[in-house]
Amino acid sequence: MTATLTPQRTDAVAPDVPEVRRDLSGRTVDDRVAPFGAALGALGLLSLLYDLLPLSGVLGFVICWYVAFVLLYALVSWYRHPTPAVTDRVAGVLIRTSALLVGGALVTVIGYVFIRGAPALRHLNIFTEDLTAGPQDPLDVGGVLHAIVGTLIQIGIAISITLPLGIGCAVFMTEVGGRLAKVVRTVVEAMTALPSIVCGLFVYIALLLTFDVQRNGFAASLAISVMMLPIIARSAEVVLRVVPGGLREASLALGASQWQTVRKVVLPTARPALVTAMVLGIARGIGETSPVLITAGYTTFTNANPFEGPMVSLPLFAYTLARSPEPLFQTRAFGAAAVLMVLVLLVFLIARLAAARRQGR
Amino acid sequence: MTTVDNDRPRRLRVGRTLGDRVFRGSVRGFGATVLLLMGGIGVFLTIEAIPAFRQFGWSFFTTTEWNPEKGTLGIAAVLVGTVTVALIAMIVAFPLALGTALYISEYAAPRAKRWLIAMIDLMASVPSVIYGLVGAYLLQPEMVYVSRWLHDALGWIPIFQVDTDPDAAVFAQSRYTASALIAALVVAMMVLPYACMVMREVFDQAPQGEREAAYALGSTRWGMIRSVVLPFGKGGIIGGTMLALGRALGETIAVVLIIAPLFEIKVRILENGTITVPALIATRYGESVGIQLAGLLAAGLVLFVVTLITNSIAAVIVTRSRSGASTEL
Repeated sequence: MTATLTPQRTDAVAPDVPEVRRDLSGRTVDDRVAPFGAALGALGLLSLLYDLLPLSGVLGFVICWYVAFVLLYALVSWYRHPTPAVTDRVAGVLIRTSALLVGGALVTVIGYVFIRGAPALRHLNIFTEDLTAGPQDPLDVGGVLHAIVGTLIQIGIAISITLPLGIGCAVFMTEVGGRLAKVVRTVVEAMTALPSIVCGLFVYIALLLTFDVQRNGFAASLAISVMMLPIIARSAEVVLRVVPGGLREASLALGASQWQTVRKVVLPTARPALVTAMVLGIARGIGETSPVLITAGYTTFTNANPFEGPMVSLPLFAYTLARSPEPLFQTRAFGAAAVLMVLVLLVFLIARLAAARRQGR
Repeated sequence: MTTVDNDRPRRLRVGRTLGDRVFRGSVRGFGATVLLLMGGIGVFLTIEAIPAFRQFGWSFFTTTEWNPEKGTLGIAAVLVGTVTVALIAMIVAFPLALGTALYISEYAAPRAKRWLIAMIDLMASVPSVIYGLVGAYLLQPEMVYVSRWLHDALGWIPIFQVDTDPDAAVFAQSRYTASALIAALVVAMMVLPYACMVMREVFDQAPQGEREAAYALGSTRWGMIRSVVLPFGKGGIIGGTMLALGRALGETIAVVLIIAPLFEIKVRILENGTITVPALIATRYGESVGIQLAGLLAAGLVLFVVTLITNSIAAVIVTRSRSGASTEL
């Protein structure tokens, strides 16, 4: 009789202790709780001692709280951890809070404009009327239509000048090259340093004073163009330069001419990034106040003719009314700023969508 | 044997098609137009500004007063004001930009990263007038208290002095408003994203292998950042900061909305009143004719040259750091 040995199921023996998943994240309870403890402790400490400090106001309290928190957190960590770990924790807190602060600042800036502008935005006439109303007139009379029209016309002219010139110049710098291209690149890079107010002053002197013309919308668009052109040309060049050279060579090797290569290979490859770069440049142009301040003139009437008479734009409108002591005018300024912000957000969204399509490919 | 000498390389020049010649010609035309426009502006500004330099000579740089009625124009106070505001802005913006860039590149979850980058881009595209409005109406009333505290606690340092009594029962709030510090804080907020963008880009390029090596040797995250990311990104940090400094020097609207114009060389950053070159141009262009206008242009030209130098140094440093020249470890 042969003995058959049935294989023993060794794993059938259940261990007394249930298996516990090992925590690989390395974050202990101490890691998680210590910052909260330190924050609460700092709050408690400060609520007792704040009156002794010479600082006052909400901002002062927050600053003191933060300093106390960092100190307490370092102290708590120092009890149980070696110095490198304490430094790591403190550095982590500082880095995280600086990011939080920057994010908070952005949210505050955008949020505050909308909150202060809300009373003006609530009335739809802000989009349909110009500001013939006086400072005492309620918010349901008058609006920013003239500034919206002015902004769109001015940026429209500026775009139609700078986009072809800027992209053409970028194509020249990357595709044709040569000694002239180097000079162009140097000058364009130098002109990005030109302060925007000097752009305005240039157009004011070269155009308005020399030819003795009244300030008008076209001068404002020229000032914006002078500011935008180097930005657009340079960012377009950066985008075109990263198009892989292999693609160009492949196209040329297949017998395409240079024009065909640029039109069918280089520009389509760079298109999404190009759109993003252009749109960000346009966003800069829409929001810029200082060149317009000198060249556009201020008016309260709708003026759709860029060549005659002053033509106000949204940033200039907001700036002018914000300097007025009248509270209602200030509210209108914030309303105009909110409309401007929406416009910039829209433009920005288009840029992000173009960028997202690039990543999708 | 002698036939070798007669062997000439074949001419490989390929004739360009008509379309190509038109294309190259027209694109070159675009380039030349841009060059003419941009170069023309530079030349025009210089020519128009020369009368001011000629009339006032070196005293243009040493006179503090800007008084067209008395015929004295000088930019000493204006330049000091410009540099003061820009420097304070950078002192505030630099640590925040560095921290934010490090957070985005080292701490943030990969999924959140794209959104954070978009956030910084958005921050750069918020119009300056909006920053100015928020600075004047939201930040200023709060900063008055912080300024008073700084004055009270650190008033013995000249830069924190204010010509008033901080402990008075009703303290003179207006002495603390419209100061260089408040303007600089707003400018800091505006230029921060520019510095942050450059820094983040460079940090992201820090070699993965070296990061892992640092971790494998038992380094903490901060230890890794200090020994790998920061040395690698040194060029980006310096370059980005200088780029932001260039922007800070030329900022107009946010500054004009906050400061009270005052032509005095002063180091008291908490006290009411200062002036910067763009603010000078923005407030004085309307009433200026002839030599005053040339003076304004000259001031603008000086600012342009300063910004240009800052930007060029920044560009050189950033390019060098990207080419990997400063990465021998």
